[in-house]
Amino acid sequence: MHLGLDEPVRECQYNQICTRNSSPMETLSHKKKRTPRRKWQIFPGRNRFYCNGRVMMARQTGVFYLTLVLIMVTSGLFFAFDCPFLASNLTPAIPVIGGVLFLFVLGMLLRASFSDPGVLPRATPDEAADLERQMDAANGSSGPGYRPPPRIREVVINGQTVKLKYCFTCKIFRPPRASHCSLCDNCVERFDHHCPWVGNCVGKRNYRFFYLFILSLSFLTIFIFAFVITHVILRSNRSGFLNALKDSPASVLEVVVCFFSVWSIVGLSGFHTYLISSNQTTNEDIKGSWSTKRAKNNYNPYSYGNVLTNCCAALCGPLHPSLIDRRGFIQPDTPQPLSHSNGSGLYPSTQNHTHMAAATPLLHSDPVMMGRAGPPPSGKTSLGGPCSSLAPSQPSLPSSMPGLGCAGDMLTLRDPDAHCHHHHFVSPEEMPSPLGPSSLVLPFAAHGGHLNPAQLYDPASQDSLHEDSVRGLVKLSSV
Amino acid sequence: MLEYWRNRWGGWNTSGETEFHNLQELRHSASLATKVFIQRDYSEGTVCRFQTKFPSELDSRIERTLLEDTVKTLNTYYAEAEKMGGQSYMEGCLACATAYIIFLCMETHYEKVLKKISGYIQEQNEKIYAPRGLLLTDPIERGMRVMEVSVFEDRGSSGSSLSSSATSGGSAQR
Repeated sequence: MHLGLDEPVRECQYNQICTRNSSPMETLSHKKKRTPRRKWQIFPGRNRFYCNGRVMMARQTGVFYLTLVLIMVTSGLFFAFDCPFLASNLTPAIPVIGGVLFLFVLGMLLRASFSDPGVLPRATPDEAADLERQMDAANGSSGPGYRPPPRIREVVINGQTVKLKYCFTCKIFRPPRASHCSLCDNCVERFDHHCPWVGNCVGKRNYRFFYLFILSLSFLTIFIFAFVITHVILRSNRSGFLNALKDSPASVLEVVVCFFSVWSIVGLSGFHTYLISSNQTTNEDIKGSWSTKRAKNNYNPYSYGNVLTNCCAALCGPLHPSLIDRRGFIQPDTPQPLSHSNGSGLYPSTQNHTHMAAATPLLHSDPVMMGRAGPPPSGKTSLGGPCSSLAPSQPSLPSSMPGLGCAGDMLTLRDPDAHCHHHHFVSPEEMPSPLGPSSLVLPFAAHGGHLNPAQLYDPASQDSLHEDSVRGLVKLSSV
Repeated sequence: MLEYWRNRWGGWNTSGETEFHNLQELRHSASLATKVFIQRDYSEGTVCRFQTKFPSELDSRIERTLLEDTVKTLNTYYAEAEKMGGQSYMEGCLACATAYIIFLCMETHYEKVLKKISGYIQEQNEKIYAPRGLLLTDPIERGMRVMEVSVFEDRGSSGSSLSSSATSGGSAQR
C-alpha cells in the first residue's frame, strides 16, 4: 500500500488550527505565493488562537464568557443605578474608585486569559530521539522481559530530592514544578491549575495576573456590596424600605450576585495569598508535595525562607518571555515538534525512532480509551497492511499495533461514536491521507518495533499523566 | 522603534533569520552529521542553567574549555535575566501600577538580556564554532530545554571517517 506524499490532509472541520497540507515543507515549495504561515497555526496543543496568534486561550471558553458577563453586568448596573445617588449624596469619589477598580479587574482578567501561561514547546524529533537513545542506553538491555524502564530523573534542589517525570506527549523531562495540563494538552511551567473561569491554564507567566485579578475582584465585590447596601439604607431612611427597592430594583440583583461571589472569591484570594507566601503552587499543595506528612524532613526547596521575599518573587519577579513564539513564521528548515493529534506535524525525513516515539503517547493512552470506550471497531484495521509486520506482543490491543507507524491515525482507529465530539481527533473519513508522510516510516518501524512494545505500556500504571489523561477524557466526554 | 515593533509583534525570528542564513551557508558546503544536546541543570531550582559537563561526542571537534566557557557565560547571562533584585522589583511594581500597559512600549529586562544572548551566540558561532564545523542554536528556539549543537561534516572530504567516529561516540556515551 503506497500513498503519495503529496496527498494533502483534508482539513479537520472542528480543529481551527488544523493545517491543510501534509507538511509545511511541501506547502512552501509548491505554493510560494501563499503568505508564510505562522507557528500558532501548527501548534500541537489544544488551544485556541485569536488575532493572528496574539491571543491564546484554552479550548473551552464558555465559563470565561460567563465570568465576563457577570462582572460587566453587575458593575454596569452599579454605575447606572447606584452611582448617581451615591455621587450626589455622599461623594463623587465612589464612582471614580469603582471605575478604577473595575478597569483593573477587567485588565487583569484579560491579561490572565489571553496570555501564554508558560507552555513548554514539545521536543523536536531530534531531541526526542536523543533522549530515547539515552534512556535505552542507561537502562541497558532489560532482556526479553517487559519490565519497563523508569522514566524518571532525580535531581537534588536545595538539599531536597525532586523527581523529574518524563512527559510522553511532549517528549521531554518536565522541569521541576512543571506539569502537563490534560485539558490543554501542554506542559506548563510552574503549573498552578487550569482555571475554567479564566479560560486558560494558570502557570508561571500569568500567575501574577490571575492573583491580581482575584484580589482586585474581591475588593470590587466587597466595594459594590457595601455601597449598594449603603444606597438602599439611605433611600429607606427617606422613603421606606419597599419604596427604596422599587426605586432601584437593580440593587437587589447586585446584592445577590455579590453576596454569593464574596465567599468564594475572597476565600480563593486568601488561599492564593497563603500559596504565594509559602511559594507553592495549587498543584503542589493539593498533592501535599512539601507536606511534613510525607516525610519528616520534607520542606519546600523553592521557598526563599521569608514571606516578603516569596511574595516579591511571585508578584514582582522578572516576567519570562513566551517560549512558544506563536507569531513567528515557520522556517522550512526548522524542525517542528511532534504532533500526534493531527498528521501535519510529522516530517517524513529520516525519523525512524522519533516516529516510534510519536506513537508511544497514543498507545500509552490506549488502555485508558479501551477501558472507557469498549473494544475498537474491528472494521478499521484496513490500514494494517504494511504495519502488520509489527507483530503485536500485546494481543489485547490488536488494532493498536498496526497503527504503530501511523501516529496520527491511531486515535481514528479507536475513535468510536461516543468520542466523536473530541474535536482534535481526525474523523475516520480522513484516515487515508495522513498516512502519506508516515508510509515511509513503516519499514523503519518494523525494525524498531520489537524494542518498543515493552516500553510502551509500562508507565500507564504508574504515571500520573495516565490519571491526567483519564481525568481529561472524562471531563471532555461529559461536556 | 519600528524594529522594536517588528520584534514584539512578529516573533523573535529576526536574529533567527540571520542565523538561518549562516546555517544556509554552512549547509552549502557541509551536511548535518548529528546533533548534540546540552541539557538543563536543575540543581539550583527552576532558574535557567545549562549543564557544563562536556559531551563526549564533541571531544574530537572542539576543546573542552571553549565550550565550557561559552556555557558558563550563557549561564551568567540567564542568571542576570532572572535575578531578583531592586531593578526587577521596580520594573514589576511600575508595570503593575500601569496595569502592564507599559510593556506595549517597553521591553522587559528579560527580553533585553535575551537579545544580548542571541548576539553573543551569533558571535561565538562565527568566531569559534563555524570554523570547527559546529553550530550552536539559541536555547530560546528550543524552548529553553536544551542547547543544541549541530555537528556538520564536509561533503566529499574525509567526512565518512569523521561521521562514523561521531556516531560511535554518540552510542557509547553512557
